[in-house]
Amino acid sequence: MRAVVGAVLFGSWLAGSAWAAEPVQLVLKDNRFSPGQVQVRAGERFRIEVQNQDATPAEFESSDLKVEKIVAPGGKITVMAGPLKPGTYAFFDDYHPDSAKGTIVAVENGAEK
Amino acid sequence: MLATLIIVFREVFEAGLIVGIVLAATEGVARRGAWVAAGVGAGVAGAMLLAAFAGALSDAFAGAGQEVFNAAILIVATVMLAWHQLWMAAHGREMAREMEAMGRAVAIGQRSLFAMAVVVATAVLREGAEVALFLYGVAAASQEGAGAMLAGGVAGLGLGALAAYLLYRGLVAIPVHRLFTVTGWLIALLAAGMAGQAAAILAGADLIPSWGYQLWDTSWLLPDTSLPGRALHALVGYSDRPMGVQLVAYVVVLGALLIGARLARRAPSPVFRHRPL
Repeated sequence: MRAVVGAVLFGSWLAGSAWAAEPVQLVLKDNRFSPGQVQVRAGERFRIEVQNQDATPAEFESSDLKVEKIVAPGGKITVMAGPLKPGTYAFFDDYHPDSAKGTIVAVENGAEK
Repeated sequence: MLATLIIVFREVFEAGLIVGIVLAATEGVARRGAWVAAGVGAGVAGAMLLAAFAGALSDAFAGAGQEVFNAAILIVATVMLAWHQLWMAAHGREMAREMEAMGRAVAIGQRSLFAMAVVVATAVLREGAEVALFLYGVAAASQEGAGAMLAGGVAGLGLGALAAYLLYRGLVAIPVHRLFTVTGWLIALLAAGMAGQAAAILAGADLIPSWGYQLWDTSWLLPDTSLPGRALHALVGYSDRPMGVQLVAYVVVLGALLIGARLARRAPSPVFRHRPL
C-alpha cells in the first residue's frame, strides 16, 4: 500500500515538474479581469501574472487552482498553478467576487487553440 | 453591507474557531483571559501593519513574500501548539485534578499560556490582514456608505465571535477529566492542519516539491469554499484537493504529537510522582 502511494506521489511529482514558459497574463481593471477566459494546456504547470490597475487592493483567489494571493493597488503578483486535468477552473477577486471573475480552460496537449 | 458582513464573518469565524479551542484548552488556568486578549490585540495590530505593507511584502523573496510569510507564521503556530500539547501531556492530569479539587483558577499551566497567546495572535493576524485590506478597499471605492460598511463589519465581527463563543461553551460543557483529552486531540489536529497548510503554500509557490498536486478531489462532496468546508479547513486542515507534501506534513506532525504526548505522559514530572487516586 505504502509503495503504491509512494509510486503515485513520485510519478505525479515528475509529471508536474515541467511548466509552460509563457505566463498567463491577467489584468484587473474596474473590478473586472481581462481576459475573462484563458486557455492553458492540461497536465502542465504554469504561471499566472495578475496586474491590478485599480486603486483598491484585490485578492486573486481560486479554490479550483488552490491559489490565494493579495494584489496591492497598482501591484503585480505571480502565482503558480496546475498541472490541471482537462476542464474549466474558476478564479475571482475575493473582494469583488460578483464582478471580478473568470475561468481558465485546460485542454489536452495538441488540441486546437 | 451584506458583502462586508459575509467577508468579515468568514475571516472572524476561521480565527474564532482557533480562539475557541485555545480558550477551552486553557480552561481553568489563572489569568488566561489576559493572555488570550493580548494575543488577539497583537494579532489585530499586526494585521493592520501587514495590510499597510502588503505591496512591499508581495515583492519580497522574489515575489514569494506572501507565501513565505504565511507559511512561516503557520509553522510558528504549529510549533507553539506542539509545545503546548507536550506540556499538557505531562501536566494535564495534574491540572484537571487541581481544578476539580480547587475550582476554576489554577496556578499551573501559566507557562503554556505564552504559547497559546502566540497561536491566537497568528490566527488573528492571518485572517485580520485580509479583513483590513478588504475594508480599506471598500472605504476607498466608497461604493456604499461608510455607515453601512461599518454596520456590516460589526455584524460580521459579532457573528464570528458568537460562533467562537458557542464552540468554547460546547467544549467546556465536557466534564473536566475528559476536557483536556478532547482539547488535546483538537490541538493535535489543528497543528497537523497548519503544518499541512504551510507545506501546501510553499509547494504552491514551487519552493518545495509538491509530491503530487492533487491526491484526490472531494470538491463535489465537500468543497473548501462551503461553510462546513471552511470550518473543517480551519479546525482539522481539510482540503478538497490536497497535495502530496501537504498530506505528508499532516501525518508526520499528527504522528509526532500523538507519540510525543504518550512518551511525555509515561515520564511523569517530579511534582506528579505521588499520585493520590
